[in-house]
Amino acid sequence: MRFKTLFLSAVFVFGGNCLAQVPTGDVLVRGGTVITVTNGTLENTDVLIQNGIIAEVGENLGTPEGVSVIDATGMYVMPGIIDAHSHIGISNVNESSAPVTAQVSVGDVLNPYSISIYRALAGGVTSSHLMHGSANVIGGQNETIKHRWGLVDPDELRMAGAPRTIKFALGENPTRVHGRGSNKRPASRMGVEYVLRETFAKAERYQEAWAQYEEEAKSNPRAVSPEYNSQLEVMSDILTGDILIHCHSYRADEILMLLDVLEDFGVEHITLQHVNEGFKIAPELAEFGASASIFADWWAYKFEVYYSTAYNAAILTRNGVLTSINSDSGELNRHLYHEAAKSQKYGGLSDTEALSLITINPAKQLGIADRIGSIEVGKDGDLAIFDRHPLSVYAVNQKTIVDGIVYFDIESDADDMRLSVDPESPIETAVLHSHDDDHRCLHEGSLDLYDFLESNQ
Amino acid sequence: MMNYLYSLLISTVLLITPPTNEAVDTITALTNARIVTITQGTIENGTIVIENGIIVQLGTDVDVPDDAQVIDLAGLTVYPGMIDSGTQMGLVEVGSLSETRDASELGDLSPQMKSLTAVNPNGVAIPVTRVNGVTTVLTVPSGGMLPGQAALINLHGYTPQQMYAGFEGVVLQFPSTGRRGQFDSRSEEDVQKAATEAIKKLNDTWDSAELHHRIDSTYQAHPEDGRRPEYVPSMEALKGVVRGEQSLIIQVNTAKDILAALDWIKARRMNNVIFSGLAEGWRVADKIAEAGVPCLVGPVLSIPTRASDRFDKAYKNAALMHEAGIKIAIRSNDTANARNLPYHVGFAAAYGLPVDAALRAVTINPAEIFGVDDRLGSLEVGKEATFFVADGDPFETSTTILHVFIAGFQVPMESRHTRLYEEFLNRNPGLEKHNGQ
Repeated sequence: MRFKTLFLSAVFVFGGNCLAQVPTGDVLVRGGTVITVTNGTLENTDVLIQNGIIAEVGENLGTPEGVSVIDATGMYVMPGIIDAHSHIGISNVNESSAPVTAQVSVGDVLNPYSISIYRALAGGVTSSHLMHGSANVIGGQNETIKHRWGLVDPDELRMAGAPRTIKFALGENPTRVHGRGSNKRPASRMGVEYVLRETFAKAERYQEAWAQYEEEAKSNPRAVSPEYNSQLEVMSDILTGDILIHCHSYRADEILMLLDVLEDFGVEHITLQHVNEGFKIAPELAEFGASASIFADWWAYKFEVYYSTAYNAAILTRNGVLTSINSDSGELNRHLYHEAAKSQKYGGLSDTEALSLITINPAKQLGIADRIGSIEVGKDGDLAIFDRHPLSVYAVNQKTIVDGIVYFDIESDADDMRLSVDPESPIETAVLHSHDDDHRCLHEGSLDLYDFLESNQ
Repeated sequence: MMNYLYSLLISTVLLITPPTNEAVDTITALTNARIVTITQGTIENGTIVIENGIIVQLGTDVDVPDDAQVIDLAGLTVYPGMIDSGTQMGLVEVGSLSETRDASELGDLSPQMKSLTAVNPNGVAIPVTRVNGVTTVLTVPSGGMLPGQAALINLHGYTPQQMYAGFEGVVLQFPSTGRRGQFDSRSEEDVQKAATEAIKKLNDTWDSAELHHRIDSTYQAHPEDGRRPEYVPSMEALKGVVRGEQSLIIQVNTAKDILAALDWIKARRMNNVIFSGLAEGWRVADKIAEAGVPCLVGPVLSIPTRASDRFDKAYKNAALMHEAGIKIAIRSNDTANARNLPYHVGFAAAYGLPVDAALRAVTINPAEIFGVDDRLGSLEVGKEATFFVADGDPFETSTTILHVFIAGFQVPMESRHTRLYEEFLNRNPGLEKHNGQ
């Protein structure tokens, strides 16, 4: 927080230029069925994007000069999909060396060359919340990116202006990695609570010490500042609400514990990630104002998700909990529209409710709902264009647009994606997809990964 | 802790799955139904009569017995139960808990291990799977090169034998030149070296198995002349395959390995082979088709094996193999979410597999591949009454499945997932405290 003023002024001076360097485009998407998510579904409607921003939504819009036109007749145009829990496009996931690592950030290890960004785009996903893993009770900071595939400066992936977020984790993973793995607290859910309380308490003391110093410094030029602590700086920013918590959690009891801790330290915003047992305490979540980002149907991969139900999205939604569906997987993230559709089988959500789970709801959880998550004038020009209604299993995404630029077009993709194909050189070794590559922070930082890999076919 | 865990597990097992249901000795008639028989077209406004678990009448011109229990299916469609050609159903309860995993034995060579032995009829995933219309699954051991025998089971019954659906096949994990997921950091040389060593081991094993078979056959023909061959359980277990009496399910994925497996079965003159996995089947589809090997393909919901492949290659794999003329069945390669089999098939259909071929890939094709098409895989008189009733396209999430019958038993349309929904949708008490505060 101390350096924030400095940082902000730096953004002010140089930021304008930096932001302007991310390319934006102009495009008119004509004649599609436009699923705005927030303002109904509009037949035979055009969407005009100028300078990367949605300028107009309506029937028979004129085509400004120089604006390319996409004919979306018979197609379905929806807001770009947002994945609120992902680990694609980063070189590391866990800094698992300690139960508290608030000072690290996955934003420092962005990899714009990761093919998983392209694959996500192909599934209509335009933004991902790249998260630190779940090895630590208080893990590292996350990064919200846009899928500007092809830009090679890692900074150009960042969604500038998106709120800072941090990963917390409860339950089996931190207790396994630290308690059982390194004989360090926490080894139980009791220990998890105290790692949280102790760290927040230290951050409060740290804030007080700095406040005292700043007060004293007004009258005493020789006042001595407290020692700078990068970890407690971040923790302080959580206390002031400048960093939003996204907490990996499964069991109802551990979530109630977390809510108590947050209440005691005055932290108001919390998004629970995975939260397989959220359905059990939906009234408590709603009362607190906590939101949930869940799997559509993953369960039984570990004991803390044995008592799960695929009706989680429906129960949470009906009880007034803001809910999103995420992937946590380089496989699932390509068909989040279908994951959202499962909320219709399991609990009968309406089309708008189902699509909200992967658009406006995750946008709200990430603090970017004023920018993306629906098709509205003034929002970013991030769209996915499907040949059928995106909640149908037969729907195939045709084009994905980010900031008004078409970054994925099914028509122009080659069978062989290599930039230069040399018949003499061998193609790379095949990597067989394993469920263990997916979702489930279970495996992040896990020392016994190979046990699981061995068991897969 | 362990005791607690076990008592918890046991108490849950007791809570779940009172399997049934309607007695199988009643006569049931399903009337006014649209019947997708798979093998004999689609019948509008038809009737199915079930007796003793068998379809005894089917069509538009049917005599419904007076004492039949009648279920009116106006507006609904009957499909044969879906068959998932690759799961670990009943073998794995909680993925990360080794105490609840019975899919793998120690050792590389254990073809005598039978997955049917370890199937837990009360596995919580079983009702979860069947209410989605998946009535029958192949449950497959994993682990070493010859991990054991897969079994085809119906997802209903109190004992493994009641569940057994008439097929067991020996599984061979073909030596792989692919990486086992993105965390496999072996060098290319190491990957290749491991595969080469494994091929040698496979050939040595198979030479022994063929020798064992010859000695055994000689002894069986003239027991008085010879010495009874030594008891070697793994060799005994391979006898059926070597003699062509039992199927060998070869799990193989990369193009190079598939070609090596084709060479291997040709050299061994085997024609009782089924391939399973086939992540890169599309690359060498013509070669597989030429050899006439049926394939259990999947998961469809998977990522391409190479970064240079188009994003949709995994989705299109089944369609490309089908187009090449290969007989395919589709598998989820999942357990807890084998219930998603219809969506694997749906994605294959979205990316080019004709819908009728997609339906066949989870009904009659696997039934034929496993040699159980006399009882499963289509709706025909004389076959088992194993089917489901839906109000729409079974591959769409907007569709509701209303009834499931397995070998004549009408199974309850509930599972842990539906029960938790009923209990917690409107939880009582809500926010009020229990102790009256």
